[in-house]
Amino acid sequence: MQNVKKAGNIIKRDWDLYLLLLPGFIWYLMFAYKPMVGLRTAFYDYNIFRGFSGSEFVGLEHFISFIKGPDFFRTVTNTLMIAFWQIVICFPAPIVLAIAITEMKNKFVSKLTQTSTFLPYFISVVVVCGMVVNFLSPSTGIINMILVKLGMEPKYFMVMPQYFRGIYTTMVLWQTTGFNAIVYIAALVGIDPELYEAATVDGAGKWKRIWHITLPGILPTIITMFILNIGKIVKVGYEAILLLYKPSTYSTADVIATYAYRVGIENGNYGLATAVGLFEAVVALILVVAANKLSQRITENALW
Amino acid sequence: MKQQPAGSVVSRGEKVFNVSMVIIGIIITMLALYPIYYALIASLSKPLYVENGSVMLRIHGFTFESYRKAFQKEGLWMAFGNTFFYTIVGVLVNMIFSTTMAYALSKKRLFARKFFTLFTVFTMWFNAGIIPLYMTFRDFNLLDTRTAIIFGFAMNTYNMIILKSFFEQVPASLEEAAFIDGATNIQIFTKIYLPLSKPALATVGMFYAVNRWNSYFWAMNLLNDDTKIPLQVLLKKLIVDQVANETEAAIITSQSLSSPTTVIYAIMILAMIPMLVAYPFIQKYFKTGLTLGAVKG
Repeated sequence: MQNVKKAGNIIKRDWDLYLLLLPGFIWYLMFAYKPMVGLRTAFYDYNIFRGFSGSEFVGLEHFISFIKGPDFFRTVTNTLMIAFWQIVICFPAPIVLAIAITEMKNKFVSKLTQTSTFLPYFISVVVVCGMVVNFLSPSTGIINMILVKLGMEPKYFMVMPQYFRGIYTTMVLWQTTGFNAIVYIAALVGIDPELYEAATVDGAGKWKRIWHITLPGILPTIITMFILNIGKIVKVGYEAILLLYKPSTYSTADVIATYAYRVGIENGNYGLATAVGLFEAVVALILVVAANKLSQRITENALW
Repeated sequence: MKQQPAGSVVSRGEKVFNVSMVIIGIIITMLALYPIYYALIASLSKPLYVENGSVMLRIHGFTFESYRKAFQKEGLWMAFGNTFFYTIVGVLVNMIFSTTMAYALSKKRLFARKFFTLFTVFTMWFNAGIIPLYMTFRDFNLLDTRTAIIFGFAMNTYNMIILKSFFEQVPASLEEAAFIDGATNIQIFTKIYLPLSKPALATVGMFYAVNRWNSYFWAMNLLNDDTKIPLQVLLKKLIVDQVANETEAAIITSQSLSSPTTVIYAIMILAMIPMLVAYPFIQKYFKTGLTLGAVKG
């Protein structure tokens, strides 16, 4: 009773704080939580014109038909393979770059490297994909012109499935490495310089110092970034893949998200598309929680 | 040979290391900038030299013709105008929604604060996905409207949390003094907190602006009307979907001043110019924002 009264008093004094909270709250209801209610589409044979009342409840049928269907193995494999290359190449690259930048004693070169690698992040996905497609064009692309000068045959890379993952990984590497390095650079600056001095006195060389002081010093940051990004990595950059893939490269390029997009937006099968999207969102959520648990157990660093 | 001054600790190995780091830095810089540099020199060269591979390191046969052609592309100016509109109005709306909510959530005394915070943060870990959001826009009758672009993306949870943690750092004594003078929460927010938070507002505003300028996906799906589409959606049609094909490449002579390929490069450069102009500011504010975000999780 007293609690209720106290709460009442606080609300009376701070009623306008709730007024400030209101626009954002309504926004979340409309554009974040209403779509979550819309997830029930995944359990209906949904028809736009009849709405939910006129659509048949089908339970898990969409999930089953996706998992048993011919596209499941391909899209899951592609998603995992693209995510794998992101984790193996694009995730460690900013750590290496950050260490390299902080190790550069020449301040001008250090600054130049940082500024130039940071830049590509701000170029839009569309322009970056435009560059990729045009640079790799079989007739006028610079990559093929270099190949021809080296005495090789030009190739139409964008229609060859065996090149897609390499092209995509390189593109992401170029666009995000400098941006993601910023956080590590900030963490590196925070390492106590006395540790390095003590190690130097003890006769530790450059590599030893990097291995025994620098890396452990930024390990919490590395773990935080990994947990923060694992969900995003698993969802892969479907916006870019949609611009780059072609029917001839679906065998290596079509991921869960692009498949859901085609099924839903292009073919209008909302029920199946929502089910596929939900499947992916749940897998991503499980991975984030698992990554957090794992890091808690191994290193005692966790986000929550 | 000069003798090393006594007490110098720079060993030979250290020197080799420093020199190789300079070389590595320069190589990385060139790799990062070359794609943009190539688009620039190709857009300013005669197509014959671009397409026979002479243009690699510098401009051959300087001409502005590709830019003249690019300016004539149908809808380009309209799309530029739309993007400016979506960016300016959109960022304004973003700032109104996120500062007000962030301010309310920054107050420890707010009743049910934990619930409201979780209510926002939960959406970072789980969101419904493309199709349900698309259906939401349809249910609100927002398909093919500018309102969808402006208000549908009025909030970004990550940015809102950055603002919230910034407001939390403002000393509470300022607020208490204002309360004694009879100020309301809204007055304290607009007259004390907002002016004090200019650096954070600039940082988050920059985050939103870059996002607004570069986004294409939802505009592509929600807008049909060519007079409403932003630059990025038009660019998709002009530079990704229409890669110059073989037949067009065949009719280029040494007299040609532009070709579909060089025009594409010119359009790319035009699309990048506003961003490149803003880059010094972007760089300054993004760095502070990114490190702030990392510290706060």
